[in-house]
Amino acid sequence: MKTSNVYLLIFVLLLFSFALWAITPLDSDRFGRQGLTLGLDLKGGSYLVYEADLSKKDPGQTVDAAMEGVVGKIERRANAFGVKEPIIQRQGENRILVQLPGEKNVDEAKKLIGQVALLEFRETTPDTSGGYAKDEKGDIKWTPAKATGSDNKEKELTGKYLKPNSKVILKPGTNEPEVAFEWNDEGAVLFEQVTKRNLQKPLGIFLDNQPISAPTVQAVIKNSGVITGMDMKEAQNLAIQLNSGSLDLPLKIIQEQTVDATLGSDSLRKSMVAGAIGIVLVILFMILYYRMSGVVATLALLIYGVILTAIFKLVPVTLTLAGIAAGVVSVGMAVDANILIFERMKEELRAGRTLGAAVDAGFSRAWLAIRDSNVTTFIACIVLYWFGDTFGAFMVKGFALTLFIGVALSMFTAITVSRLFLMLAIKIVKNPWFYGVKA
Amino acid sequence: MIDIVNKRNWFFLISIILLVPGIISMLVFGFRLGIDFSSGTVMTLRFSTTVDQPGLRQQMTDLGYGEATIQKTSEGDYLLRIREINTGQKEALIAGLKKALNTDVTLRDFYTVSPLVAGEVARNAAIAVGVASIFMLIYIAFAFRHMPKPFRWGACAVIALLHDVLIVLGIFSILGWLIGYQVDSMFITAMLTIVGFSINNTVVVYDRIRENMRKGISKDFAVTVNSSILETITRCINTSLTVILTCLAIYLFGGVTIQQFIMALLIGVVVGIYDSVFVAGPLLVLWDRGLRTSPQAA
Repeated sequence: MKTSNVYLLIFVLLLFSFALWAITPLDSDRFGRQGLTLGLDLKGGSYLVYEADLSKKDPGQTVDAAMEGVVGKIERRANAFGVKEPIIQRQGENRILVQLPGEKNVDEAKKLIGQVALLEFRETTPDTSGGYAKDEKGDIKWTPAKATGSDNKEKELTGKYLKPNSKVILKPGTNEPEVAFEWNDEGAVLFEQVTKRNLQKPLGIFLDNQPISAPTVQAVIKNSGVITGMDMKEAQNLAIQLNSGSLDLPLKIIQEQTVDATLGSDSLRKSMVAGAIGIVLVILFMILYYRMSGVVATLALLIYGVILTAIFKLVPVTLTLAGIAAGVVSVGMAVDANILIFERMKEELRAGRTLGAAVDAGFSRAWLAIRDSNVTTFIACIVLYWFGDTFGAFMVKGFALTLFIGVALSMFTAITVSRLFLMLAIKIVKNPWFYGVKA
Repeated sequence: MIDIVNKRNWFFLISIILLVPGIISMLVFGFRLGIDFSSGTVMTLRFSTTVDQPGLRQQMTDLGYGEATIQKTSEGDYLLRIREINTGQKEALIAGLKKALNTDVTLRDFYTVSPLVAGEVARNAAIAVGVASIFMLIYIAFAFRHMPKPFRWGACAVIALLHDVLIVLGIFSILGWLIGYQVDSMFITAMLTIVGFSINNTVVVYDRIRENMRKGISKDFAVTVNSSILETITRCINTSLTVILTCLAIYLFGGVTIQQFIMALLIGVVVGIYDSVFVAGPLLVLWDRGLRTSPQAA
């Protein structure tokens, strides 16, 4: 064996050992990675695409700044809600992609993160009948509570002036949940004026134009207050929203995919079983049809499988149902290069060459066809990835990415690993019958 | 020796027979579009007690979803397709079903797409297939640049490819009205995968024609093409067979979620064998003979 081949063999074996170490057992901690990263179609969770209404944008703000602000606030809300590893990304100009993997209370999380949550204080004026001014429908007529700020400008009193430390407390005695808040310096200036003006009158507290409560102002207050009139869940959500701040742009869900965790684990189990069956079928076919060469291909496939799994784990590549399918299909494609080489070898053997010469010729002559056919698959994968990316189809992206990695790796294993093993094999088993031709 | 090339008109006839029903179906019925192309909601429901389909349909109609298509999956769940709904409507629907059918309901899977997104997806899918085909053509023409008329090789390979894609589209159009198969973004994924994979065999055949032309095995181009096809037929079948084996395993054991996707792949790979062996090579000869009247030396 040539020295360069010996080095190559050592390299392949080292790579294989490293990959094997990285994935045994699969959930071992290697470089901070534990187990495989599963997409939300396999572990359950939600995939949401929000679209922001840019027509409601503050003219003084750029689109980028407004969108980044919204993304940041959604992130804070998702984390405060307790979602594990949420993924929040801006997509295109006015869309936001939110992934909540493993989240069970999806509907609640959705309400929490997607709501503008603008807290407003409004006041009303007494009418002649001893009650308060009414609108056409007979409801109390509220107007935004305004006051003069420290810079002598008139400002509306909103949640904007709250410190980000609101929390839920239980009212002593009744155990009714309340959200306790504190004003920042500017808020305190405004709140003092508003409470002074509305003493012994109701002060309306509104969230996104919906009234929460309208307590009667008992005293002039400066720094803090409480909001009542909610159940525990609502109070918790409000506290999270007040702390993150209200969204500058209203959001609308334009695409949603939610998978139940039980369905995800069903899918995972089934696709693993299916994958194993598929791989065994391919191995059986290869060994029955190509004999010793098939055994070599199987060894190459084994190395391929171990390295592929290690790449998935260490990069990490998020595995989706379609991604696993791509991984399994790529096994079928991985042996294609082997088939081309083995068929070529058989031709060379029939033409009367020695085993060694046939192996060399098989590899060098099959190379062009292998290269050309893999490049076309790469082109398809790249186009697919782009296609999936433009509208956030994680199934499509997962498939394209996994197939690309699989096909690229299979070129390496088919060409280097199979060749090395085949060169070793022909030293041990010399009868051409084992390579698929009559002895 | 079997003469595939001289019987090429028979194979073109078979292609036409394979293509025509699908094309008629596409023109008359079109496709059953998935919600990512047409907007709407798809959900999978599991009931804790036995619920029969007519009963479920009645309840859906009563709840205001008379348009629902309802399918029972092999796992006993129900797959419902309705118009686009928001979170509030979803909660009301689930609560309504729970109450009316007096059973517990698990929402296993929920997917909703607004018309806004659906239009973009359809447009991008068309762009993706077009771009992929053009790149394939360019690459094949580049790979065969030392041959006379490299563009012709690329064009024939892509025609064979589009023939494959068109047959799968036709079959899916027919399966659409027969058993409700849908064309969605995963179907496009399958198509592009077929485009990338099925051209492989054509490349193998063309590669052999190239080699045999260099060797000068025959003065007649048709004979060269024919021997090249016969020399490579086993490997074309075997490389596809391994992919068919893995696809079959996923189709049979991998669960319902990706069955339609795998079915599209399977059909594409099988048809891909046919067009690599019986269409791609003969097309080269057809083009050659169509331009020159006498047999041409290679």
